[in-house]
Amino acid sequence: MSLHALQAGFRDWLTKEARPGPLCAARFEAGLSIYLNNYRAQLMDCLQESYGIVHAWLGDAAFEAAAATHIDRAAPTNWTLDAYGADFAITLRRLYPGDPEVADLAVLEHALTQAFTAPDAAPLDPASLGAIEWDHARLHFVPSLALLTTTSNAAAIWSALSQGTPPPAAQLLPEPTTILVWREGFTPAFRTLDPAEGQALVILKEGHTFGAFCAELVAHVGEKAGPAMAGAYLGQWLSDSIVADIADAKL
Amino acid sequence: MFATHRFGLGLRKPHYSDFLDGEAAVPVDFVEVISENFMVDGGRPLDVLRRVREHHPVALHGVSMSIGSADGLDLGYLGRLRSLVDAIDPLFVSDHLSWSRICGFNSHDLLPLPYTAEALDVVCANIDRAQDSLGRTMLIENPSSYLALEGEMSEWAFLAALCQRTGCELLLDVNNIYVSARNHGFDPVAYLAGIPADRVRQIHLAGHSQGRELLIDTHDKPVPRSVWSLYAEAIARVGPVATMIERDDAIPPLADLLAELDTARRIACDPARRTA
Repeated sequence: MSLHALQAGFRDWLTKEARPGPLCAARFEAGLSIYLNNYRAQLMDCLQESYGIVHAWLGDAAFEAAAATHIDRAAPTNWTLDAYGADFAITLRRLYPGDPEVADLAVLEHALTQAFTAPDAAPLDPASLGAIEWDHARLHFVPSLALLTTTSNAAAIWSALSQGTPPPAAQLLPEPTTILVWREGFTPAFRTLDPAEGQALVILKEGHTFGAFCAELVAHVGEKAGPAMAGAYLGQWLSDSIVADIADAKL
Repeated sequence: MFATHRFGLGLRKPHYSDFLDGEAAVPVDFVEVISENFMVDGGRPLDVLRRVREHHPVALHGVSMSIGSADGLDLGYLGRLRSLVDAIDPLFVSDHLSWSRICGFNSHDLLPLPYTAEALDVVCANIDRAQDSLGRTMLIENPSSYLALEGEMSEWAFLAALCQRTGCELLLDVNNIYVSARNHGFDPVAYLAGIPADRVRQIHLAGHSQGRELLIDTHDKPVPRSVWSLYAEAIARVGPVATMIERDDAIPPLADLLAELDTARRIACDPARRTA
Protein backbone atom coordinates (compact mmCIF):
# COMPACT_ATOMS: atom_id res chain seq x y z
CA MET A 1 0.00 0.00 0.00
CA SER A 2 1.37 3.43 -0.94
CA LEU A 3 1.99 6.10 1.66
CA HIS A 4 -0.85 8.15 0.18
CA ALA A 5 -3.30 5.24 0.45
CA LEU A 6 -2.18 4.53 4.00
CA GLN A 7 -2.70 8.15 5.04
CA ALA A 8 -6.11 8.32 3.34
CA GLY A 9 -7.00 5.13 5.22
CA PHE A 10 -5.92 6.69 8.51
CA ARG A 11 -8.15 9.67 7.73
CA ASP A 12 -11.06 7.27 7.20
CA TRP A 13 -10.38 5.73 10.59
CA LEU A 14 -10.43 9.12 12.32
CA THR A 15 -13.47 10.48 10.52
CA LYS A 16 -15.56 7.34 9.89
CA GLU A 17 -13.97 4.69 12.11
CA ALA A 18 -13.41 2.64 8.94
CA ARG A 19 -10.19 0.60 9.00
CA PRO A 20 -8.29 -0.12 5.78
CA GLY A 21 -6.48 -3.48 5.43
CA PRO A 22 -3.04 -2.49 6.75
CA LEU A 23 -4.58 -1.08 9.95
CA CYS A 24 -6.76 -4.12 10.68
CA ALA A 25 -4.12 -6.07 12.61
CA ALA A 26 -5.05 -6.72 16.23
CA ARG A 27 -1.78 -5.20 17.43
CA PHE A 28 -2.99 -1.79 16.19
CA GLU A 29 -6.21 -1.81 18.28
CA ALA A 30 -4.91 0.10 21.31
CA GLY A 31 -2.96 2.63 19.27
CA LEU A 32 -5.80 3.38 16.87
CA SER A 33 -8.12 3.99 19.83
CA ILE A 34 -5.67 6.52 21.27
CA TYR A 35 -5.39 8.39 17.95
CA LEU A 36 -9.17 8.42 17.53
CA ASN A 37 -9.64 9.69 21.06
CA ASN A 38 -6.97 12.37 20.60
CA TYR A 39 -8.58 13.53 17.35
CA ARG A 40 -12.07 13.91 18.76
CA ALA A 41 -10.92 15.29 22.12
CA GLN A 42 -8.81 17.94 20.43
CA LEU A 43 -11.72 19.13 18.27
CA MET A 44 -14.06 19.08 21.26
CA ASP A 45 -11.56 21.19 23.27
CA CYS A 46 -11.24 23.56 20.33
CA LEU A 47 -15.01 24.12 20.13
CA GLN A 48 -15.29 24.51 23.90
CA GLU A 49 -12.50 27.09 23.91
CA SER A 50 -13.88 28.97 20.91
CA TYR A 51 -17.52 28.96 22.00
CA GLY A 52 -17.53 29.48 25.77
CA ILE A 53 -20.65 31.67 25.67
CA VAL A 54 -22.60 29.22 23.50
CA HIS A 55 -21.52 26.52 25.96
CA ALA A 56 -22.77 28.59 28.89
CA TRP A 57 -26.11 29.20 27.12
CA LEU A 58 -26.72 25.56 26.14
CA GLY A 59 -25.24 23.84 29.21
CA ASP A 60 -22.70 20.99 29.24
CA ALA A 61 -24.78 18.12 27.86
CA ALA A 62 -26.41 20.03 25.00
CA PHE A 63 -23.16 21.74 24.03
CA GLU A 64 -21.21 18.49 23.99
CA ALA A 65 -23.92 16.82 21.89
CA ALA A 66 -23.89 19.74 19.43
CA ALA A 67 -20.08 19.71 19.27
CA ALA A 68 -20.06 15.94 18.68
CA THR A 69 -22.56 16.40 15.84
CA HIS A 70 -20.34 19.09 14.34
CA ILE A 71 -17.26 16.88 14.61
CA ASP A 72 -19.15 14.11 12.79
CA ARG A 73 -20.38 16.54 10.13
CA ALA A 74 -17.30 18.69 9.52
CA ALA A 75 -13.74 17.36 9.44
CA PRO A 76 -11.02 19.98 9.85
CA THR A 77 -9.36 21.14 6.66
CA ASN A 78 -7.22 24.12 7.61
CA TRP A 79 -3.68 24.04 9.07
CA THR A 80 -4.85 26.16 11.98
CA LEU A 81 -7.27 24.89 14.60
CA ASP A 82 -8.47 28.49 14.91
CA ALA A 83 -10.33 27.91 11.64
CA TYR A 84 -12.11 24.82 12.95
CA GLY A 85 -15.57 25.73 14.13
CA ALA A 86 -15.90 28.71 11.78
CA ASP A 87 -19.11 27.04 10.55
CA PHE A 88 -20.29 25.73 13.93
CA ALA A 89 -23.21 28.17 13.57
CA ILE A 90 -24.46 26.16 10.58
CA THR A 91 -24.59 23.00 12.68
CA LEU A 92 -26.35 24.89 15.49
CA ARG A 93 -28.93 26.39 13.10
CA ARG A 94 -29.78 22.85 11.93
CA LEU A 95 -29.94 21.50 15.47
CA TYR A 96 -31.95 24.44 16.86
CA PRO A 97 -34.18 25.69 14.01
CA GLY A 98 -36.65 27.22 16.46
CA ASP A 99 -34.00 28.91 18.63
CA PRO A 100 -32.16 31.36 16.37
CA GLU A 101 -30.31 32.91 19.32
CA VAL A 102 -28.12 29.77 19.59
CA ALA A 103 -26.61 30.17 16.12
CA ASP A 104 -26.60 33.97 16.45
CA LEU A 105 -24.49 33.63 19.62
CA ALA A 106 -22.06 31.40 17.72
CA VAL A 107 -21.80 33.89 14.85
CA LEU A 108 -21.09 36.72 17.29
CA GLU A 109 -18.56 34.68 19.27
CA HIS A 110 -16.72 33.65 16.11
CA ALA A 111 -16.62 37.25 14.84
CA LEU A 112 -15.09 38.40 18.14
CA THR A 113 -12.44 35.69 17.86
CA GLN A 114 -11.64 36.78 14.31
CA ALA A 115 -11.34 40.39 15.46
CA PHE A 116 -8.87 39.36 18.17
CA THR A 117 -6.19 38.48 15.60
CA ALA A 118 -7.24 40.72 12.71
CA PRO A 119 -4.48 42.82 11.09
CA ASP A 120 -3.30 45.77 13.17
CA ALA A 121 -4.30 49.24 12.03
CA ALA A 122 -3.95 52.51 13.90
CA PRO A 123 -7.31 54.27 14.18
CA LEU A 124 -7.52 57.75 12.72
CA ASP A 125 -6.78 60.51 15.20
CA PRO A 126 -9.53 63.12 14.71
CA ALA A 127 -7.01 65.84 15.61
CA SER A 128 -4.98 64.89 12.55
CA LEU A 129 -7.85 65.62 10.18
CA GLY A 130 -7.14 68.55 7.90
CA ALA A 131 -9.54 70.19 5.47
CA ILE A 132 -11.56 67.46 3.79
CA GLU A 133 -13.72 67.70 0.73
CA TRP A 134 -16.50 65.63 2.28
CA ASP A 135 -18.53 65.13 -0.89
CA HIS A 136 -15.72 62.99 -2.32
CA ALA A 137 -14.39 61.56 0.93
CA ARG A 138 -14.24 57.81 1.38
CA LEU A 139 -13.90 56.19 4.77
CA HIS A 140 -11.50 53.27 5.25
CA PHE A 141 -12.32 51.17 8.25
CA VAL A 142 -10.02 49.12 10.47
CA PRO A 143 -9.57 45.54 9.18
CA SER A 144 -11.15 44.03 12.29
CA LEU A 145 -14.53 45.61 11.48
CA ALA A 146 -17.34 43.16 10.72
CA LEU A 147 -21.08 43.66 10.37
CA LEU A 148 -23.37 40.82 11.44
CA THR A 149 -27.10 40.43 11.06
CA THR A 150 -29.09 38.98 13.93
CA THR A 151 -32.77 38.15 14.29
CA SER A 152 -32.55 37.48 18.03
CA ASN A 153 -31.41 39.23 21.20
CA ALA A 154 -28.14 37.28 21.09
CA ALA A 155 -26.13 40.45 21.79
CA ALA A 156 -27.93 41.00 25.10
CA ILE A 157 -27.56 37.33 26.03
CA TRP A 158 -23.84 37.42 25.18
CA SER A 159 -23.28 40.55 27.31
CA ALA A 160 -25.05 39.07 30.33
CA LEU A 161 -23.29 35.71 30.13
CA SER A 162 -19.86 37.27 29.61
CA GLN A 163 -20.39 39.37 32.75
CA GLY A 164 -21.64 36.39 34.74
CA THR A 165 -25.12 37.86 35.23
CA PRO A 166 -28.41 36.05 34.52
CA PRO A 167 -29.14 36.30 30.79
CA PRO A 168 -32.49 37.55 29.46
CA ALA A 169 -34.90 35.07 27.92
CA ALA A 170 -34.34 34.51 24.21
CA GLN A 171 -36.46 36.77 22.03
CA LEU A 172 -36.98 37.39 18.35
CA LEU A 173 -36.29 41.02 17.41
CA PRO A 174 -39.04 42.98 15.61
CA GLU A 175 -36.72 43.26 12.60
CA PRO A 176 -33.25 41.94 11.69
CA THR A 177 -30.58 44.05 13.36
CA THR A 178 -26.93 44.77 12.61
CA ILE A 179 -24.16 44.13 15.14
CA LEU A 180 -20.88 45.99 14.67
CA VAL A 181 -17.79 43.98 15.73
CA TRP A 182 -14.28 45.39 15.87
CA ARG A 183 -11.13 45.40 18.00
CA GLU A 184 -10.34 48.32 20.26
CA GLY A 185 -6.64 48.16 21.05
CA PHE A 186 -6.20 44.46 21.75
CA THR A 187 -9.75 43.87 22.97
CA PRO A 188 -12.61 42.74 20.71
CA ALA A 189 -15.76 44.83 21.08
CA PHE A 190 -19.27 44.97 19.68
CA ARG A 191 -22.42 47.08 19.79
CA THR A 192 -25.86 46.80 18.30
CA LEU A 193 -26.71 49.42 15.68
CA ASP A 194 -29.96 51.14 14.83
CA PRO A 195 -31.09 50.30 11.26
CA ALA A 196 -29.94 53.62 9.80
CA GLU A 197 -26.42 53.36 11.23
CA GLY A 198 -26.17 49.75 10.12
CA GLN A 199 -27.16 50.71 6.59
CA ALA A 200 -24.75 53.66 6.66
CA LEU A 201 -21.80 51.42 7.51
CA VAL A 202 -22.76 48.94 4.80
CA ILE A 203 -22.85 51.74 2.20
CA LEU A 204 -19.55 53.29 3.29
CA LYS A 205 -17.81 49.92 3.63
CA GLU A 206 -18.77 49.20 0.03
CA GLY A 207 -16.74 52.28 -0.96
CA HIS A 208 -19.46 54.87 -1.54
CA THR A 209 -18.51 58.47 -0.81
CA PHE A 210 -19.49 60.36 2.30
CA GLY A 211 -21.41 62.69 -0.03
CA ALA A 212 -23.49 59.83 -1.42
CA PHE A 213 -24.13 58.63 2.10
CA CYS A 214 -25.27 62.14 3.19
CA ALA A 215 -27.55 62.39 0.16
CA GLU A 216 -29.14 59.10 1.18
CA LEU A 217 -29.74 60.40 4.69
CA VAL A 218 -31.18 63.67 3.39
CA ALA A 219 -33.59 61.70 1.22
CA HIS A 220 -34.80 59.81 4.29
CA VAL A 221 -34.76 62.35 7.12
CA GLY A 222 -34.66 65.73 5.36
CA GLU A 223 -32.25 68.59 4.55
CA LYS A 224 -31.72 69.63 8.14
CA ALA A 225 -31.53 66.35 10.01
CA GLY A 226 -29.52 64.45 7.36
CA PRO A 227 -26.15 66.25 7.67
CA ALA A 228 -26.50 66.42 11.45
CA MET A 229 -27.11 62.67 11.62
CA ALA A 230 -24.12 62.00 9.33
CA GLY A 231 -21.90 64.14 11.55
CA ALA A 232 -23.11 62.34 14.68
CA TYR A 233 -22.39 58.93 13.17
CA LEU A 234 -18.93 60.01 12.05
CA GLY A 235 -18.16 61.33 15.53
CA GLN A 236 -19.27 58.01 17.05
CA TRP A 237 -17.15 55.98 14.61
CA LEU A 238 -14.07 58.09 15.31
CA SER A 239 -14.70 57.67 19.01
CA ASP A 240 -15.13 53.88 18.56
CA SER A 241 -11.76 53.84 16.75
CA ILE A 242 -13.16 52.02 13.71
CA VAL A 243 -12.03 54.57 11.10
CA ALA A 244 -8.47 53.98 9.83
CA ASP A 245 -8.36 56.72 7.20
CA ILE A 246 -10.43 59.25 5.28
CA ALA A 247 -9.33 59.85 1.70
CA ASP A 248 -10.91 62.67 -0.27
CA ALA A 249 -9.17 62.31 -3.65
CA LYS A 250 -11.58 62.16 -6.60
CA LEU A 251 -11.40 58.74 -8.23
CA MET B 1 33.13 28.83 18.56
CA PHE B 2 32.44 26.44 21.44
CA ALA B 3 28.91 25.19 21.87
CA THR B 4 27.37 25.91 25.25
CA HIS B 5 24.42 24.55 27.15
CA ARG B 6 21.34 26.73 27.00
CA PHE B 7 18.24 26.17 29.11
CA GLY B 8 14.77 27.34 28.19
CA LEU B 9 11.05 26.94 28.68
CA GLY B 10 8.00 26.73 26.49
CA LEU B 11 6.26 30.11 26.69
CA ARG B 12 2.64 29.48 27.70
CA LYS B 13 -0.22 31.92 28.33
CA PRO B 14 -0.34 31.57 32.14
CA HIS B 15 3.26 32.82 32.27
CA TYR B 16 2.98 35.77 29.90
CA SER B 17 2.82 38.24 32.77
CA ASP B 18 5.93 36.70 34.40
CA PHE B 19 7.86 37.32 31.21
CA LEU B 20 6.40 40.72 30.40
CA ASP B 21 5.69 42.40 33.72
CA GLY B 22 7.85 40.57 36.27
CA GLU B 23 10.25 42.68 38.33
CA ALA B 24 13.19 40.38 37.60
CA ALA B 25 14.05 38.81 34.25
CA VAL B 26 13.00 35.16 34.04
CA PRO B 27 16.25 33.18 34.30
CA VAL B 28 16.11 31.30 31.00
CA ASP B 29 18.41 31.43 28.00
CA PHE B 30 15.57 31.13 25.48
CA VAL B 31 11.87 30.47 25.17
CA GLU B 32 10.06 28.28 22.70
CA VAL B 33 6.60 29.03 21.30
CA ILE B 34 4.17 27.03 19.22
CA SER B 35 4.60 28.68 15.82
CA GLU B 36 0.96 28.31 14.75
CA ASN B 37 -0.28 30.35 17.74
CA PHE B 38 1.55 33.34 16.31
CA MET B 39 0.98 32.83 12.58
CA VAL B 40 -1.84 35.37 12.74
CA ASP B 41 -2.39 38.76 11.15
CA GLY B 42 -2.16 40.92 14.26
CA GLY B 43 -3.49 41.62 17.73
CA ARG B 44 -2.26 40.68 21.18
CA PRO B 45 -0.48 37.38 20.38
CA LEU B 46 2.04 38.99 18.05
CA ASP B 47 2.48 41.94 20.39
CA VAL B 48 3.32 39.56 23.25
CA LEU B 49 5.81 37.66 21.11
CA ARG B 50 7.54 40.83 19.91
CA ARG B 51 7.89 42.08 23.48
CA VAL B 52 9.23 38.76 24.75
CA ARG B 53 11.64 38.67 21.82
CA GLU B 54 13.14 41.97 23.00
CA HIS B 55 14.56 40.12 26.01
CA HIS B 56 14.88 36.45 25.01
CA PRO B 57 15.87 34.42 21.96
CA VAL B 58 12.79 32.60 20.67
CA ALA B 59 12.59 29.12 19.14
CA LEU B 60 9.63 28.49 16.80
CA HIS B 61 8.21 25.00 17.26
CA GLY B 62 5.56 23.92 14.77
CA VAL B 63 2.90 21.24 14.98
CA SER B 64 1.19 21.62 11.58
CA MET B 65 3.80 21.50 8.83
CA SER B 66 2.95 17.84 8.20
CA ILE B 67 6.35 16.99 6.75
CA GLY B 68 5.29 13.38 6.27
CA SER B 69 2.31 14.18 4.07
CA ALA B 70 2.23 12.29 0.77
CA ASP B 71 0.39 15.35 -0.62
CA GLY B 72 3.42 17.61 -0.08
CA LEU B 73 3.42 20.79 1.96
CA ASP B 74 0.75 23.46 2.27
CA LEU B 75 2.34 26.46 0.58
CA GLY B 76 0.03 28.93 2.33
CA TYR B 77 1.25 27.54 5.64
CA LEU B 78 4.87 27.86 4.57
CA GLY B 79 4.34 31.47 3.53
CA ARG B 80 2.84 32.35 6.90
CA LEU B 81 5.67 30.62 8.72
CA ARG B 82 8.24 32.46 6.61
CA SER B 83 6.65 35.79 7.60
CA LEU B 84 6.90 34.86 11.27
CA VAL B 85 10.50 33.72 10.85
CA ASP B 86 11.37 37.04 9.20
CA ALA B 87 9.67 38.98 12.01
CA ILE B 88 11.18 37.04 14.93
CA ASP B 89 14.58 35.85 13.68
CA PRO B 90 14.24 32.67 15.74
CA LEU B 91 16.92 30.65 17.42
CA PHE B 92 15.50 27.45 15.84
CA VAL B 93 12.61 26.45 13.59
CA SER B 94 11.36 22.94 14.25
CA ASP B 95 8.51 20.54 13.52
CA HIS B 96 7.79 16.84 13.91
CA LEU B 97 8.56 13.66 12.03
CA SER B 98 4.88 12.93 11.48
CA TRP B 99 1.99 13.84 9.23
CA SER B 100 -1.41 15.43 9.79
CA ARG B 101 -2.75 16.44 6.35
CA ILE B 102 -4.03 14.34 3.45
CA CYS B 103 -6.57 14.98 0.66
CA GLY B 104 -7.59 18.30 2.21
CA PHE B 105 -8.18 16.75 5.63
CA ASN B 106 -6.14 17.98 8.60
CA SER B 107 -6.12 15.76 11.69
CA HIS B 108 -4.35 18.28 13.95
CA ASP B 109 -2.48 15.35 15.44
CA LEU B 110 1.06 14.06 14.96
CA LEU B 111 0.29 10.82 13.13
CA PRO B 112 2.89 8.08 12.66
CA LEU B 113 4.78 7.29 9.48
CA PRO B 114 5.92 3.90 8.21
CA TYR B 115 9.70 3.99 8.12
CA THR B 116 10.01 2.93 4.49
CA ALA B 117 12.11 4.09 1.55
CA GLU B 118 9.00 5.67 -0.01
CA ALA B 119 8.23 7.63 3.16
CA LEU B 120 11.87 8.71 3.37
CA ASP B 121 11.69 10.12 -0.16
CA VAL B 122 8.47 11.98 0.69
CA VAL B 123 9.79 13.46 3.94
CA CYS B 124 13.13 14.45 2.37
CA ALA B 125 11.35 16.23 -0.49
CA ASN B 126 9.12 18.06 1.98
CA ILE B 127 12.02 19.10 4.21
CA ASP B 128 13.98 20.32 1.17
CA ARG B 129 10.97 22.38 0.15
CA ALA B 130 10.52 23.80 3.65
CA GLN B 131 14.18 24.68 4.12
CA ASP B 132 14.30 26.37 0.71
CA SER B 133 11.15 28.32 1.49
CA LEU B 134 12.26 29.35 4.98
CA GLY B 135 15.83 30.03 3.95
CA ARG B 136 17.20 28.11 6.92
CA THR B 137 17.92 24.70 8.37
CA MET B 138 15.07 23.03 10.20
CA LEU B 139 15.16 20.90 13.32
CA ILE B 140 13.08 17.73 13.09
CA GLU B 141 11.66 16.26 16.29
CA ASN B 142 11.14 12.56 16.95
CA PRO B 143 7.47 11.90 17.77
CA SER B 144 5.97 9.60 20.37
CA SER B 145 3.74 7.00 18.74
CA TYR B 146 1.09 4.48 19.63
CA LEU B 147 1.45 2.09 16.75
CA ALA B 148 4.43 0.86 14.76
CA LEU B 149 3.56 0.61 11.08
CA GLU B 150 5.25 -1.93 8.86
CA GLY B 151 8.66 -0.44 7.97
CA GLU B 152 12.06 -1.11 6.47
CA MET B 153 14.21 0.68 9.03
CA SER B 154 14.19 1.91 12.62
CA GLU B 155 13.06 5.41 13.53
CA TRP B 156 16.63 6.37 14.42
CA ALA B 157 17.95 5.10 11.09
CA PHE B 158 15.19 7.09 9.36
CA LEU B 159 16.22 10.25 11.23
CA ALA B 160 19.88 9.68 10.44
CA ALA B 161 19.02 9.33 6.74
CA LEU B 162 16.95 12.52 6.85
CA CYS B 163 19.88 14.47 8.28
CA GLN B 164 22.26 13.01 5.75
CA ARG B 165 20.02 13.69 2.73
CA THR B 166 18.54 17.10 3.60
CA GLY B 167 21.06 18.69 5.97
CA CYS B 168 18.32 19.08 8.57
CA GLU B 169 19.17 18.89 12.26
CA LEU B 170 17.42 17.27 15.18
CA LEU B 171 15.27 18.24 18.12
CA LEU B 172 15.47 15.24 20.40
CA ASP B 173 12.44 14.75 22.62
CA VAL B 174 13.75 12.45 25.33
CA ASN B 175 10.27 11.80 26.72
CA ASN B 176 9.06 10.79 23.26
CA ILE B 177 11.91 8.29 22.93
CA TYR B 178 11.00 6.82 26.30
CA VAL B 179 7.26 6.63 25.49
CA SER B 180 7.80 5.02 22.06
CA ALA B 181 10.44 2.64 23.44
CA ARG B 182 8.00 1.41 26.08
CA ASN B 183 5.11 1.22 23.61
CA HIS B 184 7.02 -0.62 20.90
CA GLY B 185 9.58 -2.52 22.92
CA PHE B 186 12.85 -1.09 21.65
CA ASP B 187 15.90 -0.07 23.66
CA PRO B 188 15.99 3.73 24.16
CA VAL B 189 19.76 3.67 24.56
CA ALA B 190 20.09 1.94 21.17
CA TYR B 191 17.98 4.82 19.79
CA LEU B 192 20.41 7.38 21.26
CA ALA B 193 23.33 5.43 19.86
CA GLY B 194 21.72 5.34 16.41
CA ILE B 195 21.02 9.02 15.83
CA PRO B 196 23.76 11.33 14.55
CA ALA B 197 24.73 13.00 17.83
CA ASP B 198 26.44 15.91 16.09
CA ARG B 199 23.12 16.93 14.45
CA VAL B 200 21.17 17.37 17.69
CA ARG B 201 20.64 21.06 18.41
CA GLN B 202 17.86 20.97 20.98
CA ILE B 203 16.34 18.65 23.58
CA HIS B 204 12.77 18.57 24.91
CA LEU B 205 11.95 17.20 28.34
CA ALA B 206 8.41 16.40 29.42
CA GLY B 207 6.20 13.97 31.29
CA HIS B 208 3.73 11.32 30.18
CA SER B 209 0.80 9.26 31.49
CA GLN B 210 0.07 5.57 31.70
CA GLY B 211 -2.90 4.67 29.48
CA ARG B 212 -4.76 1.37 29.67
CA GLU B 213 -2.20 -0.44 27.55
CA LEU B 214 0.25 2.16 26.31
CA LEU B 215 2.13 5.18 27.61
CA ILE B 216 0.61 8.43 26.40
CA ASP B 217 2.63 11.53 25.63
CA THR B 218 0.49 13.98 27.59
CA HIS B 219 3.10 16.64 28.41
CA ASP B 220 1.02 17.48 31.47
CA LYS B 221 3.23 16.19 34.29
CA PRO B 222 6.68 16.85 35.72
CA VAL B 223 9.58 15.10 34.03
CA PRO B 224 9.72 11.62 35.62
CA ARG B 225 12.85 9.94 36.95
CA SER B 226 12.99 7.56 33.98
CA VAL B 227 13.17 10.49 31.54
CA TRP B 228 15.77 12.33 33.62
CA SER B 229 17.88 9.21 33.49
CA LEU B 230 17.55 8.97 29.72
CA TYR B 231 18.35 12.70 29.48
CA ALA B 232 21.64 12.04 31.26
CA GLU B 233 22.40 9.35 28.66
CA ALA B 234 21.45 11.73 25.86
CA ILE B 235 23.41 14.74 27.05
CA ALA B 236 26.50 12.58 27.60
CA ARG B 237 26.30 11.63 23.92
CA VAL B 238 25.25 14.87 22.22
CA GLY B 239 27.18 17.33 24.37
CA PRO B 240 26.10 20.89 25.13
CA VAL B 241 22.83 21.70 23.37
CA ALA B 242 19.74 23.74 24.14
CA THR B 243 17.49 21.94 26.62
CA MET B 244 13.98 22.92 27.59
CA ILE B 245 11.01 21.78 29.65
CA GLU B 246 7.95 21.39 27.43
CA ARG B 247 4.70 21.49 29.40
CA ASP B 248 1.58 21.72 27.24
CA ASP B 249 -1.21 21.06 29.71
CA ALA B 250 -1.90 21.41 33.44
CA ILE B 251 0.56 24.30 33.38
CA PRO B 252 2.05 24.80 36.87
CA PRO B 253 3.42 28.05 38.34
CA LEU B 254 6.56 29.27 36.59
CA ALA B 255 8.65 28.54 39.69
CA ASP B 256 7.89 24.80 39.36
CA LEU B 257 9.16 24.73 35.79
CA LEU B 258 12.24 26.76 36.69
CA ALA B 259 12.98 24.18 39.40
CA GLU B 260 12.76 21.41 36.79
CA LEU B 261 15.07 23.43 34.57
CA ASP B 262 17.57 23.62 37.44
CA THR B 263 17.50 19.83 37.56
CA ALA B 264 18.31 19.77 33.84
CA ARG B 265 21.21 22.16 34.48
CA ARG B 266 22.60 19.92 37.23
CA ILE B 267 22.37 16.81 35.07
CA ALA B 268 23.86 18.55 32.03
CA CYS B 269 26.83 19.65 34.12
CA ASP B 270 27.30 16.15 35.53
CA PRO B 271 25.54 13.56 33.35
CA ALA B 272 27.08 10.72 35.36
CA ARG B 273 24.86 11.67 38.32
CA ARG B 274 21.69 10.80 36.36
CA THR B 275 19.16 11.41 39.12
CA ALA B 276 16.79 14.27 39.74
